[in-house]
Amino acid sequence: MTTEPGDIIGGAGDPAYQPDQAYQPYRPPVSILWWLRRRTYLFFALRELSCLAVAWSVLYLILLVRAVGEGGGAYEQFLVWTGMPWVVVLNVVAFAFLVLHAITWFNLTPAATVVRLRGQRVRPAVIAGSAYAGWVVVSALVAWIVLRP
Amino acid sequence: MAEPTTRPRRTAEPILWLLFSAGGVAAALFLPALMFIFGLAVPLGWLAPGRDHLHAVLANPLTLLVLLGVCVLSLFHWAQRFRYTLFDGLKLKDHQRLINIGCYTIAVLGSIAVAVVLWQAR
Repeated sequence: MTTEPGDIIGGAGDPAYQPDQAYQPYRPPVSILWWLRRRTYLFFALRELSCLAVAWSVLYLILLVRAVGEGGGAYEQFLVWTGMPWVVVLNVVAFAFLVLHAITWFNLTPAATVVRLRGQRVRPAVIAGSAYAGWVVVSALVAWIVLRP
Repeated sequence: MAEPTTRPRRTAEPILWLLFSAGGVAAALFLPALMFIFGLAVPLGWLAPGRDHLHAVLANPLTLLVLLGVCVLSLFHWAQRFRYTLFDGLKLKDHQRLINIGCYTIAVLGSIAVAVVLWQAR
């Protein structure tokens, strides 16, 4: 292979050039346990894992809906199942992760949403505050609908 | 030499991120209260809503619509976050295609199951 001045070795002019391999950035090896190295990394990993609690909640609530739809006997059976210790423990953990998800989500809302009112940018604290207020209102509404006599 | 012009490939990514965000909001607003009541308070005997009352609540079309929206969006929120947990947390980025197909297949099938169960329970 002859190279002319100006040819870039390994670049598009090189006969050995392959688009997928050119200019691959160097990636230093990272341990699979990288998220244990710092507290902030661990917190990030826990926040991402909250999605499992979200999926479990959907499954659990849909089993509840099915039991309610099938009748009194099925609902009684569902209540027996939900009272089993491992289900209660799982739900305590899931609830903790749901609260983690909600808090981290609402705290990030001002970073993701820029609201302008009459040309003025609404302060981040106000946006986060409204998100928390919405959470309180929705939770109260859910409790009222489920528990009203 | 002129740069080869390549059109950016259209992907579903923006829509998937939108569903992730919408699901994040829906899950944050609705799931803690629902899971506190039905996952903890009812099993531990603090609250005891009757089955007939719950059935009446489910018979309301608005309840069905809200539950369907919360469940479906939450499933797509899970799919997006879980696939990135696998990519980054477990360093499985090489299996991206398989993981994407797996996560979103579960989300779609789960959404269909949710719709069927809600329809039958009303």
